[in-house]
Amino acid sequence: MEVRQEKKGMIELKDDKVFTWPTLVAKEFLAAIFVTVGLLFYSYFVDAPLRELSNPGQAENPAKAPWYFLGLQEVLVYFDPWFAGVVLPSIIILGLILIPYLDNNPKGNGYYTFKERRFAVTTFVFGYIFWYVLIYIGTALRGPFWAFFWPWEKWTHDFPTPPPLHNLPLPLGIILMCGFYFAGLTLPALFKKDFFMKLGIIRYSLTMGLLLTMIGTVIKMVFRLAFNVKFIIATPWINI
Amino acid sequence: MKLIPDLIKKITNNEIWRSVFRHGYADTPRNRALQIISNIWLHLHPVKVREHGTKIRFTWCMGGITFFIFLFETITGILLMFYYVPDVNRAYADIVDLMYVVPFGRFLRNSHRWGAHAMVITVSVHMFRVFLTGSYKPPRQFNWVVGVILLVLTFLLSFTGYLLPWDQLGYWAITVGTNMARATPFLGHEGPFSYILGMRPDNDIRFALLGGTAIDAPALLRAYVWHCIAIPVIASALMMVHFWRVRKDGGISGPL
Repeated sequence: MEVRQEKKGMIELKDDKVFTWPTLVAKEFLAAIFVTVGLLFYSYFVDAPLRELSNPGQAENPAKAPWYFLGLQEVLVYFDPWFAGVVLPSIIILGLILIPYLDNNPKGNGYYTFKERRFAVTTFVFGYIFWYVLIYIGTALRGPFWAFFWPWEKWTHDFPTPPPLHNLPLPLGIILMCGFYFAGLTLPALFKKDFFMKLGIIRYSLTMGLLLTMIGTVIKMVFRLAFNVKFIIATPWINI
Repeated sequence: MKLIPDLIKKITNNEIWRSVFRHGYADTPRNRALQIISNIWLHLHPVKVREHGTKIRFTWCMGGITFFIFLFETITGILLMFYYVPDVNRAYADIVDLMYVVPFGRFLRNSHRWGAHAMVITVSVHMFRVFLTGSYKPPRQFNWVVGVILLVLTFLLSFTGYLLPWDQLGYWAITVGTNMARATPFLGHEGPFSYILGMRPDNDIRFALLGGTAIDAPALLRAYVWHCIAIPVIASALMMVHFWRVRKDGGISGPL
């Protein structure tokens, strides 16, 4: 069979290749040296933390997970452990894994651009920053009994009693929750037809489901902070 | 006056030297290529790369630095293993010995600890860069997946190491962390719907993680084995896949 190449049109490939040795290897070598020197320099002056011998009878207050998990520990204030400690991190990992399969925008492959992928970059950067903001709050602003302290305040055991929390009535909670996901899934599809059509129904549903869960987590926090709402949905089996 | 050139010639122009180093160092394109191809460590690289891929402003050097810190942690970790025994009666004393008795022990432990924190940061910045350059797009989708798993493994590596000093900091951090496991839906004894599977404190997923109902000797040993052997082996295997796929998926990502 004859291959008709002329129809494809020529692609101008730039020959921008350089020798790995020494262009890249030299930089890697320098990076390795700088990292080593930096780590050793820091290690010489700053000691790794070591507290007294572990004592199961005497809990640390506050007891904190390693810093990179403190974002999740901070979420624990607003959600039950099954969500903050297990389901949310699982959704985050799953969502990260799904990114390449959900984002079918062919533009912005291999170069920095915001203009060509506004939605993807905005969503990811928001999530990334949010993760680190939570880590900062959990690390620096949470004192004994996980009470909130501003950076300029001293950690004490003498802090005002937090206001009492209340649950939303169950019917209202279910309506709010279903309404949130329903509106979040349908409205963009109606008003941003382009966006919907480009993704197709499966990619669209997964993308919006993940996005709504991220936004919903934030909204729940706002509900707690502004209106002292403990749970949106409270049942004997599960609380959200 | 010809002493040094003569000496160099004497050293390099013999059978032993040539059996180790196969080619000269005259700066020719051929030697630049051979430098990569004939070196087991460097042949991870292609002979030539696209120029933007060598720019720090494009890669931020974060993936490479993460790998380097992994090697750094392996070396310092092996050295620490000479002095540390994961036994609840000894572990804390071994760390105190490292800090006050072992020559350079404090330096060794500090650099291992700070290296671990640095690796968590660099790996997450690497992910950020890969996202911003859209490098997970076809044909590199699967390598992003491998990368996400490696990110999680980095967290777990650091997390399992946290318990080993057996001090209050690590003990209660791991307590907080593993307590989450008992809230796992279906599989943790305090999680929603766990009654369906008949979960109790002594048969749920937290029990499997700790090897007990509380953090004690079995948990310390498990943390140690995961930290020093299991996770590094799994992570190494996945790193091989990760780097291999970078090459096989067309080298470093870049504009067409």
